[in-house]
Amino acid sequence: MSRNTAEAASREPALDATLPTNGGMGRRDFLKAGGALIVGFSSAAVLADTLLAQGPPGFRMPGPDPTQIDTWLAIHSDNTATVYIGYVELGQGSTTSLLQVSAEELDLDMNQVSTVRVDTKMSPNQGGTYSSSAIARGSPAIRQAAAAARLALLIMAAERLESPADNLIVAKGVVSVAGKPGRSVTYGELIGDKRFDIQITGHERLKPVAEYTLVGSRPPRNDIPGKVRGTYTYLQHVRLPGMLHGRIVRPRGQGAYGLGAKVTSLDETSIAHIPGARVVRKSDFVGVVAPREWDAVRAARELKITWDMPPILPGSDDVYEAMRAEKTFDHVVLQRGDVDAAFGAATPLHTASGTFHCPYQAHACFGPNGALADVRSDSALLICSSQDVYTTRGTVARILGLQPDQVRAQYYEGSGTYGHSCYDDAAQAAAIMSQLAGKPVRLQFMRWDEHGWDPYGPAHVGEVRIAADANGKLVAYQYDGWHHNWAAVETSQQLALGTPAQEWRLGAAQQVNPSDCGGMYAIPNVKLVNHQVDGLKYLKAAWLRSPLDLSFSFASEQTMDELARKLSMDAYAFRRMNIANERWQGVLDAVARAAEWNPRPPASQVSHETVVRGRGIGLGTHLTSYGAAVAEIEVNRETGQVSVKHLYGAIDAGLAVNPAFIENQISGQLVQATSRMLKEEVTFNKTNVTSLDWNSYPILRFEECPEVTPIVVQRIDQRSTGAGEEVMAATAGAIACAFFDATGVHMREFPLTPRRVLAALHRS
Amino acid sequence: MTREVRIRVNGQLKRVESAPDTPLLYVLTDEMHLQGPRFGCGLAQCGSCSVLLDGAEIRSCVTPVAAVNGKSVTTLEGLPRWYAEQKKLSHVPELHPVQQTVIEEQAVQCGYCYNGLIIKAAELLSKNSRPSDQEIRTAMNGHLCRCGSYPRMMKAIRSASEMMRSGTRAAESVETRPGELAVNVAAGESEAAQ
Repeated sequence: MSRNTAEAASREPALDATLPTNGGMGRRDFLKAGGALIVGFSSAAVLADTLLAQGPPGFRMPGPDPTQIDTWLAIHSDNTATVYIGYVELGQGSTTSLLQVSAEELDLDMNQVSTVRVDTKMSPNQGGTYSSSAIARGSPAIRQAAAAARLALLIMAAERLESPADNLIVAKGVVSVAGKPGRSVTYGELIGDKRFDIQITGHERLKPVAEYTLVGSRPPRNDIPGKVRGTYTYLQHVRLPGMLHGRIVRPRGQGAYGLGAKVTSLDETSIAHIPGARVVRKSDFVGVVAPREWDAVRAARELKITWDMPPILPGSDDVYEAMRAEKTFDHVVLQRGDVDAAFGAATPLHTASGTFHCPYQAHACFGPNGALADVRSDSALLICSSQDVYTTRGTVARILGLQPDQVRAQYYEGSGTYGHSCYDDAAQAAAIMSQLAGKPVRLQFMRWDEHGWDPYGPAHVGEVRIAADANGKLVAYQYDGWHHNWAAVETSQQLALGTPAQEWRLGAAQQVNPSDCGGMYAIPNVKLVNHQVDGLKYLKAAWLRSPLDLSFSFASEQTMDELARKLSMDAYAFRRMNIANERWQGVLDAVARAAEWNPRPPASQVSHETVVRGRGIGLGTHLTSYGAAVAEIEVNRETGQVSVKHLYGAIDAGLAVNPAFIENQISGQLVQATSRMLKEEVTFNKTNVTSLDWNSYPILRFEECPEVTPIVVQRIDQRSTGAGEEVMAATAGAIACAFFDATGVHMREFPLTPRRVLAALHRS
Repeated sequence: MTREVRIRVNGQLKRVESAPDTPLLYVLTDEMHLQGPRFGCGLAQCGSCSVLLDGAEIRSCVTPVAAVNGKSVTTLEGLPRWYAEQKKLSHVPELHPVQQTVIEEQAVQCGYCYNGLIIKAAELLSKNSRPSDQEIRTAMNGHLCRCGSYPRMMKAIRSASEMMRSGTRAAESVETRPGELAVNVAAGESEAAQ
């Protein structure tokens, strides 16, 4: 009757990026900051233990009482169950997997369980769907609640069937007396649609992993058929009675985050000819509304408005120099041994070092974000794509001058968000517009709004140096990273209320990640330094799938291969001999085996043909899982075109609840990481962003897509961890190393566009 | 006087209320409440709004509704019906073969782009029942997928092509021996877009 095996099963993804372990905002900071920031690291089940202990007396997370069974599930008369899930579906399949977990623990079939939309009126508050945490952090609470419900049902059944509970067996929600199948009762008959009114103790016995039949199997996703038939309702399809269509009006492309945008002139008569169109304005927040959607689009386009946009940005070509020249807030993330002494040692050492530049990249949601709001004097309905409806509700309530419990926030899935895209900005904008218009408003961002006002994954400069002894054992590793932090205030709030732009506190949130920067290798002397730039003169930023991890692996793994070449060692063998952790070894071996890796030193077979081939191996992760990748690429020396032919990606995310979903996540990560390494960069001049659509921010196309081989390393004895982003970094490293193998040249900057590749080849 | 616009949508004749310069997408989503076509860019760059116009894929986000007056529009919802007409089937199947194989391959991630991917693939297979891999890639290249699901879409199209030619279902998707928990490394099948 303990929780011993409780954590053993949980699972994977959340297509999205994260709050790092090494420094997100604490509850106290959140409260001090007025709640404008994101919380939600914890499942509701651990609330009582941790968050309450840190919060002020009497503080309780908003939402239904997480200690009650009824918060998590209901059993119906027809012997089915509704499971209330606090994590949102982002196309990663976590809704289906969490139902697998529930059905497993309740001894129901998959066709007996379903869930409802995430809604602050009824859903448990499990925090945000960040950090690939839906299974890792979401499933323990759901599993425990299901176990508590099963126990309660068994006690009821024991009384009804006049048999000791120990003598009862359950299958598909039918409880029967062992050996007497005729004496049975269904869950539905025991409690059908009535409340349990029973508290979860946390000590209810959980099913041992060895008895699992659903967890670890591959039932199909429950959201796919509707998406394929055209019956699935995305956020972009939702309509409210009596609503107006809304569009925001902003400069095309954001300027410096700290400045927002200032209206210098606005001529409302310029849209007088458009039927029913009018301006809604609050300070520098400007929108237009109209009864018909096309009229709102036209009004936003035709409104005569001018903006003050001071030219204070460094421009995308000079951003790295600018960041390196800044006075930074420096923070030693990790120090072990003495790196300087190790590099200065007299013993024969091989060293490699380099400086690497990594661009701003966009979430670039495929369907621009939007939201619907119906704001009244004493209440509001908010329909949005927030990954954390409770936090969004709190922020929107403050902006509207309402109490959080006067606002109901509902989640509808938009397109894949891959982190904190514009969904909160859109939710706030819709609420402000509805309040101003006095009617329900459906706000839809246009493509240039989404691309131009995205909180981008920040640009990064990495300086790395690594030393190995004559036998190839790593002895010292240093990584210095320059970047700014994530935005804590959304643009809509900034423009409407004049709230000053603010970043996450210094040292917190985005940092040099010890897991990627040498963390997979056994190295006695390590120093990791985070150099935080003040971001107010730069672009608005937020977490983008596997935040900065691609940048870290791009820099670190290329430097590892440079060392391997100096040692005349094979890249795989060199890594393997420096890994002590068997789970890192496991993914590395798995991916090497799948790719039929043949040992030879990197860049040892560089040919002088026009089209040269190379292969690279890389390691990386995001937080707690283990990722490894192999890339096979071609480089055309004349055109500078890089073509990724085949990628292999392996993830060990502990117990895989649904390996099929993880395979799909791995495939997507391999392809998206290719896109980010070969094509994606946010461009901007001194005034504003110039990446405003798919032509000015190209992503990987069908013809450019590599073949992919996903590998799930199943570990039934290990706690489930994230799988929605953990092979991105490894892929970035593998592609960069493959380029080095093909050409003998290191790429110091990505994306590997023809212009950049030709310049690098020319320099060498 | 504006000329009245009438279009046939998924077999039904509809009178259009919107102004004639309104992009077809807004007519389909706002007036006819269809959820197949999806707003993606409004610039004809991504393909999420695609529909078939008399059997040819077009971008509804940049097509004024007046330009399709009197023509026949098929959306994702109407694909099975359109397929039945094409193939002169006695009844409308539940799904177009491409829809069926996309489900079987579990190709979708967020699924937002799948309106366009499926519409385009259906158009391709209606013209070329046995496309080569290169012909598939060329045909599909104007449709973007942010989630990176191209490799599985490739498999779904190949599989649908096979199904349409043989008249049989494609191979069942890999399933599920309940209870089986692989202890060792399981290398997934290669997913080929190349």
